[in-house]
Amino acid sequence: MSTINKTDTPAKTVIETAGMDAHYGERQVLHDINLSVGEGEIMVIMGGSGSGKSTLLKHLLGLQRPSAGSIELLGQDICGLSRKQMLALRRNMGVAFQGGALLSSMTVGDNVKLPLRENTKLDENTISIMARLKLELMNLAGFEDLMPSELSGGMLKRAGLARAVIMDPKVLFFDEPSAGLDPVTSVELDELILQLRAALNMTMVIVTHELESAFKIADRITVLFDGKIAAIGTVEEIKQSSDERIQNLIKRKPRDKSVDADAYLQRLTAGGRK
Amino acid sequence: MDIIKSSFKHYERLHLNGEIDLHNSSVLRETLLSILNAEQHVLVDFSELQYIDSSGIAALVESFNVAKKQSLEFKILGACGSPLQVLELTRLVSVFPMVDSETCL
Repeated sequence: MSTINKTDTPAKTVIETAGMDAHYGERQVLHDINLSVGEGEIMVIMGGSGSGKSTLLKHLLGLQRPSAGSIELLGQDICGLSRKQMLALRRNMGVAFQGGALLSSMTVGDNVKLPLRENTKLDENTISIMARLKLELMNLAGFEDLMPSELSGGMLKRAGLARAVIMDPKVLFFDEPSAGLDPVTSVELDELILQLRAALNMTMVIVTHELESAFKIADRITVLFDGKIAAIGTVEEIKQSSDERIQNLIKRKPRDKSVDADAYLQRLTAGGRK
Repeated sequence: MDIIKSSFKHYERLHLNGEIDLHNSSVLRETLLSILNAEQHVLVDFSELQYIDSSGIAALVESFNVAKKQSLEFKILGACGSPLQVLELTRLVSVFPMVDSETCL
């Protein structure tokens, strides 16, 4: 691993993983992940398809348990928490999934209000105003009474983000914010992410393929290759990395497809007739 | 969060101190609505407020709307730092009458 020196790491750590491994069956998909994200920091996770970005996100969310190592979130080791403790911790976490993940049987407004209705005893007037404030922020004013099936992909994504931040979480996890959005909406979403951080000091972990967006919003970037951290650094440090794979990712250079003939033949014929 | 009530000119002044969030915003809401229910003008002093979340903002929006309907004054004094950024993010700086200092009143 050619780790770039971390700079400007904020003092208070909100997320920390140490020596984290992850497996799907016998296949190891994450190797020795050591990551720390400070309060109010925007950490962008980048890497090619299959690099382990989504798996890392699932582990940070506590949806999957690591096969080795530890994950601390807001000072708590999430691997040792009971279900009840994990639910309590999740009240401080917002998650915006790639497709919005709204419940199809509820209106957009009810989807956005759901975390407040489930987790607080706030007055219904307060809940309605909070939901409308967030829908306004996402440029979705007037869409409250529509069903998710009546929204476009970009609108679903923004509605999902409105729901993710409805409780002003301390930590926001965001999977591919810009994917599928038109360029103008994508830039607006980047601005919104920066404004949310400035106003609410939200810590964010954002998985993205979009280089332009990553370079605009990230305080630091973690680059994954084959389930390993290739580099962690500021935007400038990542841009100046001497790691050829990182430069290929930045320059969108296709992966090397040259073939080791023996290994290729072995893969094609393994398990076949002797 | 502490809410200190006092009189200032013709306003009932609410001096907010500390942080307003999901756990205590209902206290702010009830306090504001009870002042308006007594048909008093409201001055919400933000000068020592460190943090306000959306539930606190919602309490202000609802109360401001009630004040407007009753033709009562409702002003925010001395917003700065993170609370001001929240008001800017939600574009409420153009909705609430904002004053920088007591001398402006």
